Amino acid sequence: MKISANCSRGVLYITLCGELDEHSARQTRIEADKLAEKYAHANRALFDLKGVSFMDSTGIGFLIGRYKTFQRLGVPAYISNPTQETDKILSMSGVYTLMPRV
Amino acid sequence: MENYMKLELLAVSENESFARSAVAAFALSLNPTLTELSDIKTAVSEAVTNCIVHAYANGGENNRIIINCKIEKAPVYSPFSEMEGERRGILHIEITDFGCGIDNVEQALTPFYTTLAGEERSGMGFTIMQTFMDGFSVESKKDAGTVVRMLRKIGAWDKEEQNADVRERVDA
Repeated sequence: MKISANCSRGVLYITLCGELDEHSARQTRIEADKLAEKYAHANRALFDLKGVSFMDSTGIGFLIGRYKTFQRLGVPAYISNPTQETDKILSMSGVYTLMPRV
Repeated sequence: MENYMKLELLAVSENESFARSAVAAFALSLNPTLTELSDIKTAVSEAVTNCIVHAYANGGENNRIIINCKIEKAPVYSPFSEMEGERRGILHIEITDFGCGIDNVEQALTPFYTTLAGEERSGMGFTIMQTFMDGFSVESKKDAGTVVRMLRKIGAWDKEEQNADVRERVDA
């Protein structure tokens, strides 16, 4: 799982690429929180999931965890571009009520 | 016609992606759609992750997971039969561990229930397995292990499903 970020006009874009499972989530979690701290001045954060080729329930836990991180920093977080498969899991688990899909 | 495979692997997180890909690869002889494949991979990933995170949470060496899969192929009755070949069958998956077992299975099946609340677990594993598969059961014995059994129908199983299936293929 690759994670990268760039901040433009107050929007922090976090791009995830690869398979998000229990194994890959461990490292990604640490990197994501580092990025959140680094860009804590952003007005909002946007997770781009276009490159996520696989996600299971660990991904739900991961996203809710990041939602909490950003909430603590006072930054609203959003999700964009989930694949059809990822969207199925995110919809059924209610993640979009915390991080709306844009 | 039937086909089967048995896979034994060490309960380490590196093997999660191997396990789900192996089961998906085994299912390929039924010519599944991308949606069917993705559902199977997700359900297997949930079950295997449970073994690693919960069943063997107490550590130890040589923690084993055994995955048994069986394919039952059914004859195709539709006008598409020649075109579709043997694209109609059932994939059975049985995932066994020899770990700590589940205290209360009914509670474990509750959506969002997790015993590891501090670890960013969603508690959705069993719910996803139940939703994505056509059959699901779990059998667990304290300090002896857990067996998760799932089945997924592949291909067209009645007229309505068949039409939807053809639409999916045409759209893709």
